[in-house]
Amino acid sequence: MSNDVIRVEKVFKEYRLGMVGTGTLSRDLQSFWARIRGKEDPNSIITRHSANTSRGDREELRQHILALNDVSFNLKKGEILGIIGSNGSGKSTLLKIISKITTPTKGEIKVKGRIGALLEVGTGFHPELTGIENIYLNGAILGMKRAEIKGKLDEILNFAEIEKFADTPVKRYSSGMYVRLAFAVAAHLEPEIMIVDEVLAVGDAQFQKKCLGKMEQVSSKDGRTVLFVSHNMVSIKQLCSRCICLSGGRIVEDGAASRVVDAYLSRTLSGDANPAERKFKNDPSKEFQVLSVKMLDSNGKVSREFDCDQPVTIEIDCVSRSAIPGLYGGVDIVNNEGVTVMVSDTYDFPPNCVDSLSPSNYKIRIAIPPRTLGHGEYTVSLGFHGAHSPYIFPPQFVCSFRLSDNSSQRGNTRAGYLSTLLKWEIKKA
Amino acid sequence: MANDTTIEKDEWTSHIKADTKAFNLDLNELWQHKDLVLLFVYRDFVVNYKQTILGPIWFVLQPLLTVITFTVIFGNIARIPTDGIPPVLFYMAGTIVWTYFIDCLTPISSTFINTAAIFGKVYFPRLVVPISIVISSLLKFIIQFAMFLGLLIYFIYQGMPMKINAGVLMVPLVLMQAGLLGMGCGILISALTTKYRDLARLVAFGAQLWMYATPVVYPVSQVPAKWQTLFYLNPAVAIVETFKAAFFGTNYPSIFHLSISVLMTAVFLFLGVVVFNKVEKSFMDTV
Repeated sequence: MSNDVIRVEKVFKEYRLGMVGTGTLSRDLQSFWARIRGKEDPNSIITRHSANTSRGDREELRQHILALNDVSFNLKKGEILGIIGSNGSGKSTLLKIISKITTPTKGEIKVKGRIGALLEVGTGFHPELTGIENIYLNGAILGMKRAEIKGKLDEILNFAEIEKFADTPVKRYSSGMYVRLAFAVAAHLEPEIMIVDEVLAVGDAQFQKKCLGKMEQVSSKDGRTVLFVSHNMVSIKQLCSRCICLSGGRIVEDGAASRVVDAYLSRTLSGDANPAERKFKNDPSKEFQVLSVKMLDSNGKVSREFDCDQPVTIEIDCVSRSAIPGLYGGVDIVNNEGVTVMVSDTYDFPPNCVDSLSPSNYKIRIAIPPRTLGHGEYTVSLGFHGAHSPYIFPPQFVCSFRLSDNSSQRGNTRAGYLSTLLKWEIKKA
Repeated sequence: MANDTTIEKDEWTSHIKADTKAFNLDLNELWQHKDLVLLFVYRDFVVNYKQTILGPIWFVLQPLLTVITFTVIFGNIARIPTDGIPPVLFYMAGTIVWTYFIDCLTPISSTFINTAAIFGKVYFPRLVVPISIVISSLLKFIIQFAMFLGLLIYFIYQGMPMKINAGVLMVPLVLMQAGLLGMGCGILISALTTKYRDLARLVAFGAQLWMYATPVVYPVSQVPAKWQTLFYLNPAVAIVETFKAAFFGTNYPSIFHLSISVLMTAVFLFLGVVVFNKVEKSFMDTV
């Protein structure tokens, strides 16, 4: 019972949408005045949703949203907890509150032990400093002592496989080296509680494996607790013993990882929740942004039903507002068991077509040739990364589609992952 | 059951909740992060002159050019008296102390905006950043101070009466006050700019006006006696004057004027910490 290392109790987080402008000051003063008199803040939906409000106030309150709405859970020592949910479901907000980057509006979180948050790899890296200097700086930012880092320096350099470049400024590193070094520092943090946000989505497959291994070791051997947010359902299933699923700021599912992931996938895969067309809010502050993703059939019409004999085209509308060096994009096709059956990225056909993309609007089309994937339900996960900033457009499920096999003899009863038809060449021997 | 909860209460190492305390300065936590402060100082110092031709010479060149400009404009053209001190030396003393103060204030006033990328991803006591700026500015000051001393020795060698007095023992304290005042004002502004960006525009402009309200290019003796107390409400005045008096033997500010300055510094620092503390908890939601 006292085994709990984190106890989240009825946590709420409220955000005010829209612009901070001239009206802000008067509302601030009003809230401030209410607080010093010990009254409830009139400009908060947590305290105001049931009260009688005037029309103007209701307009104002409509701009407030609850990113976390009454979230409670406990976490035991040594547990690896996966946190899943669609974008905007409150995952990141929850991690930010637990790692003390922002405070809850209401509620309390009790923590036992040191927390190490890995919301991003390479936080505070300075391009002009050398590999070793950055290890010290980044390590200290993540909460390590100088002596601690000194003792682990060789181990970190070794893990990152960059011993030869230890004294080179990191601006001369390749993007792979940069990310490896950044993760190596983070992996050698030794907090009792580790918070990891999708850092595993970076690096090559071999390095990812190494990272996953390190995380497993951290929890099983050293008995540390891990909170892990990811869109990668396979690694959640592999790593986590338990998983919670957030939606609209509430916990909608809490239990064994495989059960929660399956329930989540079946929900997102059902047509209504995930149409064949997905639009994103235009945000001029972003250097690069995906505006919409569509699934197109051979006639160029938006569709989520495809025939195995037709190509399935993913069309991405995006805008580049300033050239990002090393920008690359990747698409994962995930089947309804959560298995990634196909991966495609912009490096497949060199040169990488989105590297340092000059400012303009673009349309990208990726066609999956006919008779590639087998019949069934699929989700498309899309992500864009830069050389030094892994999350230009974080990998996320954008669309779903269904393939059916209407022409072959076996049709929709064919087992296996592919629908490729193989010819049986026969000759008299 | 009731017993259980009381036992458990002691086990939790931290409680994260909506904070209502106005003044919440955890000095122990700050001390725990002294390594981080030093690494930030190291970073600022190294990065400052990497890929520049002149490197650290810039630290000397900048005040030198300022002093030459002041000597020409205020000394030769406007003919503002300098209390009988060689103008170059007079302006140099004022400039390096003032520059130290401003080098604390200006970068600190954009702490939240400049470090938003780091603050948004990792938690450490946010005051680490302003403190590291005060220390790296102090390093810069020490280099400039060495230049000032060299110049002073040269002038004494050339026959300027030697008036360095016991007041130099106060100089480290005065500098500490300048650093704390710069930090107090800086964190106050930085906390307010997270929400109201208008203030950022005011800083560069305000710093310039403030310099003219401080005896950098003119001696305090030029200020009419009846305005002196009002003049000393500017806490930077006593700082600059004490520094000059220690090396040039001019008049020290009175105890009354010194107290005003120290008190004002304490007020700014206290206000700064209160507002900074409040903002650091939630600024990621507004930046």
